[in-house]
Amino acid sequence: MALNKQENRMITATNLSKVYGGTQVLNIEHLEIPRGQSFGLVGNNGAGKTTFFSLLLDLIQPTTGNVFNNDITVSQSEAWKPFTSSFIDESFLIGYLTPEEYFNFVGELRNRNKADVNSFLQKFDEFFNGEILGRKKYLRDLSKGNQKKVGIVAALLGDPEVVILDEPFANLDPSTQIRLKALIKELTDNSEITVLISSHDLIHVTEVCERIVVLDKGHVVNDIKTSEATLKELEQYFAGAAVKVKEVNESSENIL
Amino acid sequence: MFKYFISLQWKAFYRSASFGKSLGLKIFMAFIAIYFSLVFLILGIGLHPLLKEAFPAEEPLQIVNRFLLVYLVLELVMRFMLQTLPVMTVKPMLSLPIPKGKVVNYVLLRSLFSFFNFLPLLLFVPFAVFTWYETRLPLLSMTAWTVAVVGLILCVNYINFLLKKKFADDLKALLPYLIIVLIFYGLERFRVFSITEVFATGLNYVIEMPFLTLLPLLLVFALFKWNQKVLKSRFYLDESLKGKVIEARSQDFEWLRRFGSIAPFLQLDLKLIWRNKRPKTLIFISLLIMGYGMIFYPQENYQNMQFVFVFVGIFMTGIFMINFGQFIPAWDSSYYSMMMAQNIPLKQYLTAKAALITFSIVLLTILTTPYVYFGYNILLINIVCALYNIGINVPVLLFAGSYNRKRIDLEKSPFMNYQGTGAAQWLVGLPLLIVPILVFWLLDKFVSFEAAIIVLASLGLLGIIFKKAIMEQVTQSYRKNKYAMINGFKQTGE
Repeated sequence: MALNKQENRMITATNLSKVYGGTQVLNIEHLEIPRGQSFGLVGNNGAGKTTFFSLLLDLIQPTTGNVFNNDITVSQSEAWKPFTSSFIDESFLIGYLTPEEYFNFVGELRNRNKADVNSFLQKFDEFFNGEILGRKKYLRDLSKGNQKKVGIVAALLGDPEVVILDEPFANLDPSTQIRLKALIKELTDNSEITVLISSHDLIHVTEVCERIVVLDKGHVVNDIKTSEATLKELEQYFAGAAVKVKEVNESSENIL
Repeated sequence: MFKYFISLQWKAFYRSASFGKSLGLKIFMAFIAIYFSLVFLILGIGLHPLLKEAFPAEEPLQIVNRFLLVYLVLELVMRFMLQTLPVMTVKPMLSLPIPKGKVVNYVLLRSLFSFFNFLPLLLFVPFAVFTWYETRLPLLSMTAWTVAVVGLILCVNYINFLLKKKFADDLKALLPYLIIVLIFYGLERFRVFSITEVFATGLNYVIEMPFLTLLPLLLVFALFKWNQKVLKSRFYLDESLKGKVIEARSQDFEWLRRFGSIAPFLQLDLKLIWRNKRPKTLIFISLLIMGYGMIFYPQENYQNMQFVFVFVGIFMTGIFMINFGQFIPAWDSSYYSMMMAQNIPLKQYLTAKAALITFSIVLLTILTTPYVYFGYNILLINIVCALYNIGINVPVLLFAGSYNRKRIDLEKSPFMNYQGTGAAQWLVGLPLLIVPILVFWLLDKFVSFEAAIIVLASLGLLGIIFKKAIMEQVTQSYRKNKYAMINGFKQTGE
């Protein structure tokens, strides 16, 4: 049984911490994400969500510890890249390409030819809502929301086993948010894809993810298997956090 | 209100990200500014006696009057390329309760304090003082003349902004005006009609009737008002403050496919160069540099100093390598995190860059072959320089690239643009040019021309033979510096 579990883990972070100029922004003792899980990361600003994802993608160097992606140490080998894809922010887009060219470029990096990319893109007609393909615009001239759509779809291209999306719901219009939720659900229901999502929006994550981890100032403060009660629990937690901050402020004012 | 603007400006200056970091660059710019100031000042003081000596028959003032128009036109061209009206900085002000007129006035008045307006003062004021002293013209006349000249320079200041607004995105529209200038030049040349004489006569009237100096001042005021009107009418987010959207055309460069696994990167780089202002301009600069040989090859006194030809050869065959290569991988800075997270082996990425530059060297070398007209030794030197560039300089530049930390804005013009320039760029110039020249010079002087050529060529060939091992080292350096690069490229602002 234990052995079985070993085989099933996709991402492992051990003793992982990141310090910026004396301030610890992330400290995760142990976190395991099994294959095929849809994993949600929530937390307030500065909780360490983007830092965690950047560490997963080896974009920043961990102060201590390691991240293993399918048993590959990400900071030591590039072998995780072929099966991992991600969209963190607009620095993942190439501004002077049209969306079509961008998809083809990413496709090529993932060993997909033009025909593969075209048939792949057909599935996203509804998601794109006619605003992306064939508009004769460079990515830098698209709106923030449309740029995001391109980034998300490009991250799904080429059958990756791990998909990392940072704040995928932000900047999207309501229809696209709903479509994106359906998309992610479909992705995780039918296949072995491990999806990692971070969000400020508690409703969206609880709808999409089977497991939610709450980060606060770099620490894992809660690790929940999503159920009917999860949304309530999370809302209470964050409302409590707000109250706590208020209390701290008030008490410090009193001292003054 | 203006006080706030000025304090904001000051904060923008000393809080900019590059202020502390690129102090060296600041010092360099300051040095350039002082240098030009001195040159203009010395010229201003020396102009009167110099002209007197060169053209004893004529009044220096008359000569200056005649050349002033040419000077102003040249200044306009200079300003058109270098000076910009800092409109973008007012974007955050749009939503604040500040009258539009005030912001516009501020932007326009601020432009008066530009270095471009200060420089001519150093030239014309000493000249006017000197002329007054020498010719004993009435003080009032000379003052009026000076004011008129300064007025005209300020006119150029504002004309430039009007021109820029209109033509910055569409240089082709300038063509008719260019033709008019050429016609005037032609008329002048063939002594049909001299516009400079007309202009000089006008300035002489100012000396005779000093109150006429009000005319240029009125012109400045009118141009100010015009600018004000244009700016005010465009003071909306969707107008001038927003970048223009050009219709995109998809290109595939399918023929690059034959290069196999590096093909997607080559395609990407070609699009990068073709679709962005800064790299695109580099192509034209590279082609212009092809004429460099014309300066050196015909000169008799360089024939015994062949090492100069090595400099020319390295420069001409490698101009694209130098211009483009020194900013690798900063060209990709705006999406560098993506390049690092995507399924891109670093080695492949670098090999593609090396291939692109090598291709440019081969192409440029072919373009320089007509210089064989000046002797076979020149052809030989150029080919050897190309070999050296491919074998040694390309890896050296790529290696230096791993110390690039500065982001590059692809859409900015490269003229006087020091964005992305750091210590790495200055240091790499040394081995790039000086080492081959030194090697050649020593061998040519103490052994023979043939030996020098053979050694340079062998160095290049060695680099090509051991390319794999060298590229492996370069890749290691990129891997080591990866995090610092990602972090550096994220820093926007300057």
